[in-house]
Amino acid sequence: MYSDFGNRGEKLSTVKSTVVQYGILLMMLALAAGLWRLQVLGADNFRSLAEQNRIRKVPILAARGKLFDREDRLVVDNYPSVSCFLMREQNRNVDADLPLIAQGLHVDLEQLRATLRHYRAAPGYQPIPIKQDITADEQAFIEAHRNELPELETIDEERRLYPRDGFAAHLIGYVGEVSEEDLNQSRYAAYQPGDVVGKAGVEETYDELLRGQDGSRDVIVDSHGREVGYLRTQHAIPGQDLKLTIDIDLQRTAEVALGDASGAVIAIDPRNGEILAMVSHPSYDPNAFAVRINRTDWNRLITDPRHPLMNKAIQDQLAPGSTFKIIMSAAGLQEGVAQDMRVNCVGGGSFYGRFFHCDKHHGVLSIQQAIPLSCDTFFYALAQKLGIDTIARYATALGLSQKTGIDLPNEMSGIMPSTQWEMKNYHQRYYPGNTISVGIGQGETQVTPIQLVRALSGIASNGHLVRPHVVAADQLPAQFRQAVLDSFPGSGDKSVTLSEDTWMTITDGMAAATTTGTAAASHIDGVDFAGKTGTAQVVGGGDTHVKGGARTPNSWFVGMVPRRNPEIAIVVLQEHGDWGSLSAHIAQAMVTEYVNKKRQQDHNILDRASVSKPVEVGAIWSDPPPVDRKRHPAADQAEVLHGGHFFVDPGQAKKAVATGLAPLPAWFTASLPLRRQERLP
Amino acid sequence: MRRFLSFRDFDWGLLLLVLVLCTVSVLEIYSATLHTKYVGFHTKQLLYISAGVVAMFIISKVDYHRLLDWAPWAYGACLLSLIAVRLVGHKVLGARRWISIGSMQFQPSEWVKLVLILAVARYFANLGGKQLEWRDVFKAFALVGLPMVLVLLQPDMGTALTYSPILIAGLFLGGINIKQALILSTAGILLVVGVWNSGKVLKPYQKARLTSFINPDNDPKGSGYQIRQSLIAVGSGGIWGKGAEKGTQTQGDFLPIPHADFIFAALSEEHGFVGAVFVLLLYFFILMRLIQNAQTAADLPGSLIIMGIVAVLTFQIAVNVGMVIGFMPVTGIPLPLLSYGGSSVLFTFLALGVAMNVRMRRFVN
Repeated sequence: MYSDFGNRGEKLSTVKSTVVQYGILLMMLALAAGLWRLQVLGADNFRSLAEQNRIRKVPILAARGKLFDREDRLVVDNYPSVSCFLMREQNRNVDADLPLIAQGLHVDLEQLRATLRHYRAAPGYQPIPIKQDITADEQAFIEAHRNELPELETIDEERRLYPRDGFAAHLIGYVGEVSEEDLNQSRYAAYQPGDVVGKAGVEETYDELLRGQDGSRDVIVDSHGREVGYLRTQHAIPGQDLKLTIDIDLQRTAEVALGDASGAVIAIDPRNGEILAMVSHPSYDPNAFAVRINRTDWNRLITDPRHPLMNKAIQDQLAPGSTFKIIMSAAGLQEGVAQDMRVNCVGGGSFYGRFFHCDKHHGVLSIQQAIPLSCDTFFYALAQKLGIDTIARYATALGLSQKTGIDLPNEMSGIMPSTQWEMKNYHQRYYPGNTISVGIGQGETQVTPIQLVRALSGIASNGHLVRPHVVAADQLPAQFRQAVLDSFPGSGDKSVTLSEDTWMTITDGMAAATTTGTAAASHIDGVDFAGKTGTAQVVGGGDTHVKGGARTPNSWFVGMVPRRNPEIAIVVLQEHGDWGSLSAHIAQAMVTEYVNKKRQQDHNILDRASVSKPVEVGAIWSDPPPVDRKRHPAADQAEVLHGGHFFVDPGQAKKAVATGLAPLPAWFTASLPLRRQERLP
Repeated sequence: MRRFLSFRDFDWGLLLLVLVLCTVSVLEIYSATLHTKYVGFHTKQLLYISAGVVAMFIISKVDYHRLLDWAPWAYGACLLSLIAVRLVGHKVLGARRWISIGSMQFQPSEWVKLVLILAVARYFANLGGKQLEWRDVFKAFALVGLPMVLVLLQPDMGTALTYSPILIAGLFLGGINIKQALILSTAGILLVVGVWNSGKVLKPYQKARLTSFINPDNDPKGSGYQIRQSLIAVGSGGIWGKGAEKGTQTQGDFLPIPHADFIFAALSEEHGFVGAVFVLLLYFFILMRLIQNAQTAADLPGSLIIMGIVAVLTFQIAVNVGMVIGFMPVTGIPLPLLSYGGSSVLFTFLALGVAMNVRMRRFVN
C-alpha cells in the first residue's frame, strides 16, 4: 500500500527548498545581529546592570558619641538595636508586598506608603528606613520571608538610650529622623533623608561631632536577596564622646526639688559660665523620640498647656518680679542716686497720680534695707528718679533683652522696655507712669531664667558676665568651637564696670535677704548664701496666692554662694508658684547638696593631696579576729585597740581606685547616677 | 525492496553535529544548575540523550512509508490522548499537560508534534504537488487545528504554536498559490487581532507575557522580570563571556530556569558572543544538512517529512533565541537539544531518526 507514494515520481521543488534555506540563513543572521547588539554594543551597560543586580550597598551606621557629666559619669548611652530597611535596587515592584510587610512589621499600611512616596526622589541605592528598633518577632518575620520579601534588609545600629523620667531632657535634647524642611536648609546639606539627627538640646547643637561617619558594605546577593559574600567594607567612624558641664548630683537634686511644679532651675558657675544643672518641668521622655514617636504622643506633647517640650530655662519669657530690683539697685548706685535715698514706705506710695501698693508698712528705708526686705515703695521711687531709659541702659548692659549665647538651640531674648522700644513697637511715646511698675520687675519687662541668673551673678562677680555653656569648649575642634560661637550670637563674655560701693552694697543686701529678709527661711548656717526672691504677678491675674492657679504669681529666686565672686549661682522659676520664698527652698536644697559635696571633696585627702607628697594619717584599729576560733560576745571585749600614724601615698592609692579591679561596694553604686542602675534588661 | 539499506547511509555527519550540541547542553546545564536546587540535572540530561540516540536508531530502521501508513491511526491516538490529558492529567502550575502511566510521566503534546509532521506530509504527498483547492487548504487547517485547539485548552500556548510551522511548511511546499497565501495571511492577522482584543481567549497573564518583551522595564518585577534578567545576562557576557560557572546572572539565580527555557542566555553570559554564535552555527549546519537530505529524498513524502522537521526546529530556535535576546515574547518553548527536558530531547531525536530514515532510503527504487 505505502509503495504507492514512491511511484508517482513527484519531487520536492528545488526553488522552494532553496527559499527555505535562505530564509533560515536570514533568521540566523538576525539572531546573530541581536546578539551583537547586546553583547558587543551594549556590553558595558549590561555589565553595570548585572553589577547593580548583585551588589547591594548596606549602610553601617555610626554609633553616636556618648554624653558624660563633668565627673565623667555616663549620662546618655547607646544600646544595640535592629532596624528594618527596604532596598529598592532589586528592580522589583514592591507595592504588592506592602500589605504583607505592614502586617508582619506591625506598621500602618498608609504610613508605609507615605514613607515610600517620601523617598521616591532619593537615589535608588539608598535604603528606605521602614521601622526602627524592631522586636525579635519582627526580625523572625523578615528572616522567614527572605524569599518572598527579598527587599527587606535588617541593619544593626546603636540606638540612643536617654535617662529615664525626662532627666535633663531639655538640656540633652533628642534625636529623630531629619525632616524634609531641615533638608532644604544649608546646614543640613550633607544629610540625606532617613538620617538621624539631633533635634533639640546638646544633640542638635553638637550633632556634627556626635553623629560620626556612617560606613557601608558592598554585599553580593543572589536574586532572593540572600547574602553570598562581601566585596568592600568601609567601616563607620563613631561619633565623638562629649563631656557636659553638668553635675549629675546637682541635676538630680534640682529635678527632685522642682518636682511636679511647672518651671525651671539653672545652676551655673559664674566664674566660667559652665552650667552645672538645667531643669525644665514638666519634662518628656526623649526615648520616645529615639524611635519614631507616634502621632498621639506627639500631639499630647505639643498641645499640653504646660509646654513640656519647651526648655523653660532658656525659652520662658516672664516678668522678673522683685529679682529685677537688683538690677535697679545697680543702676541706682552707679548713677549715684540710691546711696543717700531714704523712702518712707506706708504700704505703698503715690506716683504720677496713682497709688502703687507695697505688701507691708516698711517705714523709712535705705537701700541696704530695701534689698533684703524687697520694699516695692523704695524701688518705685528709685525708678521714678532714674527714668525708663537709664533703667533700660543698665538692664541691657547686664544682658537683658538679648540672647546670652548659650550653646543650646532656640534661646529667647526677652524684652526690656524703653522709649525707643515703645516707639518701635507701638509707635507712641513712652508713658512715664509705666516706669514705676518696671522698677519692681513688672510691666512689659520679660526675662528668661538664664538671663536673670547671668545678670545677677554677674553683678555679684563685680560686673563680670560670662557666656553660659553646657559643653566644655576645650574638647571641641577649634573650627567647630568657632562655628558654635557664630551660630549662637548673644551678649557673650563681657564686663560691666561697677564701683566697689555698688558691688558691696548689693551683695550684702542679697546676703541679708537669706538671713533676715524675704528668704530668711532658706538660711543655711555656715554657708555664705545670698539671693533675691521675686513674686511676679501674672498679667491679667489677681493676687490670689493659690499655688498652681492660673492667676497665681510666678515665683522666682536667684541665689549664689558665696555672696561675692560666687562659685555657684542658682535661678529657680516656678510658674504660678506663689511667693518667691518658696522657690528659695529649692535653691537652698541645691546649695546644700553643692556645699556638702564640695566639703566631702575638700576633706578627701586623696583628692586634695598632691601626687608627689605622701599624707600623714592618724588611725585607731583592732586586730582581726582569729579565724580558727568561733566568735562569741566575749571576743569583742578581749579586743585590743592600737593607735598610730602612718603615711599614705595618694599617687598609688589613686591608681588603685582608678583601675577599679575590685568589685564596687553597694554604697558606691547606690550613689552613682540613675543611669547606671537602670540599665535595660 | 530493501536493497542497499545499511547504516553506511546513515547521516553520521549530522549525528556528529547533534552530539556536539548535546555536549554543549550537558556542560551548560551542569554550570547553570550548580548553585540551584536543580543541581545534578546534567546527568539526567545525559540519560535522556542516550535514550534519544537509541530511539533514533530504532525509528530509523522502520521504513518511513510504514510510518506514514500508521499516521492516521497515530493521529487518532493523539487526539484521544489529548482528551485524556484534559480528563485525567496532572495539574502542574495551573495547566494540565502531563499524563502518567505507572511511574512514567509524559507530555502527549510533544509527540503529537511528530505525528502531525507525518500526517501533514502524508496529506500533501497524497495531493501530489498539484495546485491546491480551497477545500484542500481547509482540510489541512482542520488536520493541524484540531490538536492545536486541544493543546491550547490545556493551556499550553507555546507548544500549540509549534504546530503552526508544520502547517505553514506543508502549505508552502505542498503547492499553495500566491493569491491563497495572501488571503490566508490577511485572515490570520485579522484573527490574531480579533482574538487579542476579544479578551476571552487569552488570559491577562498570557497577554502580559506576550507584550512585556517590548518594554521589560515597565514591569520589572512582574512579567518583564524574566526578559530583563535574560537581557542583562546575555549583554553582560560580552564578546568572550565570563567563563563557565562564572556568570553572575546565572549563578546568582537572577536568570529564570537557566537550564531549560533560558539556557541560551546562560550560555551567552558564560561564553559570550563567540559561544553563542558557535551554537547558532551548529544549528545552521544541522538545518542545512537536513534540507539537503530533504532534497535528496527518494520521494515527495520523504522530503515533506524532513521539511516538516526543519520547520519545527527552525521555529523553536527562532522563538527561543529570539525570546532570550528580547525579540520575542516569553512563550516557554524549549531550545531543541540544548534545553533540559526529557520530552523535548526525545522528540528531537525521534524526529532526527525519521529524517535519517528518509535519508537511508534515498536510493530505494
